[in-house]
Amino acid sequence: MLKILKYSFFDLIRSRWSIIYFLFYFITGMVLLYLSHDVSKAIVSLMNITFILTPLIGTIFGVMNFYNSREFIELLLAQPVPRKRIFLGMFLGISISLSLSLLLGMSLPFIIYGLFLSGQVMSLLILITSGVFLTFIFTALAFYIALVNENRLKGFGMAILVWLFMAFIYDGIFLLSLFLLQEYPIEKFAIAMSLFNPIDLSRILIMLKLDISALMGYTGAVFSKFFGNNSGMLISFLALTIWTVVPVLLILKKSFKKDF
Amino acid sequence: MAIENAQPFDTIVVSPGRYVEYDIQIDKPLYIIGIDHPVIDGDHKSEIVTIMSDSVLFKGFQVQNVGLSYIKDWAGIKIDNRDYCIIEDNILLDTYFGIYLKKSDHIVIRNNYLKSVAKNEVNSGNGIHLWYCEDILIEKNQITGHRDGIYFEFVEKSRIIENISEGNLRYGLHFMFSNHDDYIGNTFKNNGTGVAVMYSEFILMKNNNFVDNWGTANYGLLFKEIYDGELSGNKFQNNTTAIFADGSNRIKIINNEFRSNGWAMNIFGNCMDNEIAYNNFISNTFDLTTNSSRNRNDYHDNYWDQYAGYDLDKDGIGDVPYRPVRLFSYLIGKIPEAIILLRSFFIDMINMAEKVAPVLTPQSLLDERPRMKLNIYD
Repeated sequence: MLKILKYSFFDLIRSRWSIIYFLFYFITGMVLLYLSHDVSKAIVSLMNITFILTPLIGTIFGVMNFYNSREFIELLLAQPVPRKRIFLGMFLGISISLSLSLLLGMSLPFIIYGLFLSGQVMSLLILITSGVFLTFIFTALAFYIALVNENRLKGFGMAILVWLFMAFIYDGIFLLSLFLLQEYPIEKFAIAMSLFNPIDLSRILIMLKLDISALMGYTGAVFSKFFGNNSGMLISFLALTIWTVVPVLLILKKSFKKDF
Repeated sequence: MAIENAQPFDTIVVSPGRYVEYDIQIDKPLYIIGIDHPVIDGDHKSEIVTIMSDSVLFKGFQVQNVGLSYIKDWAGIKIDNRDYCIIEDNILLDTYFGIYLKKSDHIVIRNNYLKSVAKNEVNSGNGIHLWYCEDILIEKNQITGHRDGIYFEFVEKSRIIENISEGNLRYGLHFMFSNHDDYIGNTFKNNGTGVAVMYSEFILMKNNNFVDNWGTANYGLLFKEIYDGELSGNKFQNNTTAIFADGSNRIKIINNEFRSNGWAMNIFGNCMDNEIAYNNFISNTFDLTTNSSRNRNDYHDNYWDQYAGYDLDKDGIGDVPYRPVRLFSYLIGKIPEAIILLRSFFIDMINMAEKVAPVLTPQSLLDERPRMKLNIYD
């Protein structure tokens, strides 16, 4: 598995796209920091970009990479290597290389600017962690979709649809359900809803870290009580982990059965 | 002390030291002056100084440790039904009520430092407490750690100038049923709420700073049922809600700066005929929110940093009106739980859509003359 991981990882890290991806975050981070001169503002702006871009890039890379290396997979399958190792290795290869670009591209500008003086280390850490989680989650989802669909166009379309659903449509449904249920005490319902979307969950975790929680008033107090304390944090990260593990298990299950 | 032996209008000079004494009653007009702040320690027993005569000067003492009572309002220095007194240059530490004026007129409270350690609202008193007074000057005092920094109830024609009210539990300054008062050049920092003006008329609020009044139920300035006030030249920075107005009419809100607040203004639908003009709105999460789809206030000539219009004739005024209420802030007014979606992309999208074609937000709430550049004050 390590060999496959290594091959896939170095193949990707050498590619143009990884470098462009890294440079994008690096330059955006730099520009935001030096324009706003405010670390916490830069983190909020970067958050907006990260949470829409990381899942999208994860999705696209996952699908493209799978379809492009189909011949390579078929070649490997002919060798005496367990299927589990092949698919897990390839998945980890992509997600780790993407995460590395994200990690470096995001942390370097802040370190250059002087992050450790600003006291915002924790919020950047959460931002990067959730960015890495989102990369893993959406790459895995994309991988699974590609595995299920032989038809490239259909697979690509579906993967984009999943991204679109999580990034936009879910929040619409969320808002609508809050609107319809406003007669009831819905704080707990809102917390539950947010656990079911990794993008929302990551966003809320950062918002509460950045002292915006006071904006939320009375209802915010309920939220920050849940997400702010350790057990809430733990539950949130557990939810993110489940979001990562479940698609990976699906990939493995499918890969055992699939007839190539 | 020497009060009993003194003739009216004598001067008593107290030398430095520590005097454990309480229930001191000043019952004739005297000038009482402490040198190097002699300490009068009430030992948490009772009230310390009660002024029961007109024309008393009380200057330069350190008054500390007033007793706590749930029946009587014990204070560090109390003036009971007397006029023309001056309380100056005193230090009041751990006083239940600091300076307490009851039915007293024409009084000056200047340069005092009041510090207490209020833990909750129930068993703490106010720093400077005024009840049924007229023509009072409160100047350059520093008040911290009380329930309300300064409290006005039925106080007329008084002025509060250049005080610093910081870290008080409830309000930095609190008006109840008080008319024709001015507060100018004060700083309200890190209080539960900076200033609360309730059931009062003709209040002039000028050149004050409202800073860091931050928390889940905290406001910079709270208006409740107030009429005909003027709010000008103030700075609001880092407050959760800079101005919250409920049932307030005919107030002029002019030349103020709102910077980095959560909400710059939350104006309820029951406010009318207010004029909001020549203000600067900079880096606030929300500029304005309201809970009504009608607008009965007048917004003009403000600078909004989120204004995206253009100015073809270069007269410094944007050619397209600005709508300060965004859909999301309107929605939060209706469904507070929706705040959990703050900064979500979906919200950004519907905000954008609403901006282009307003459907839900108040149609008539707009600034017809948004400024292209910051309003400059002198």
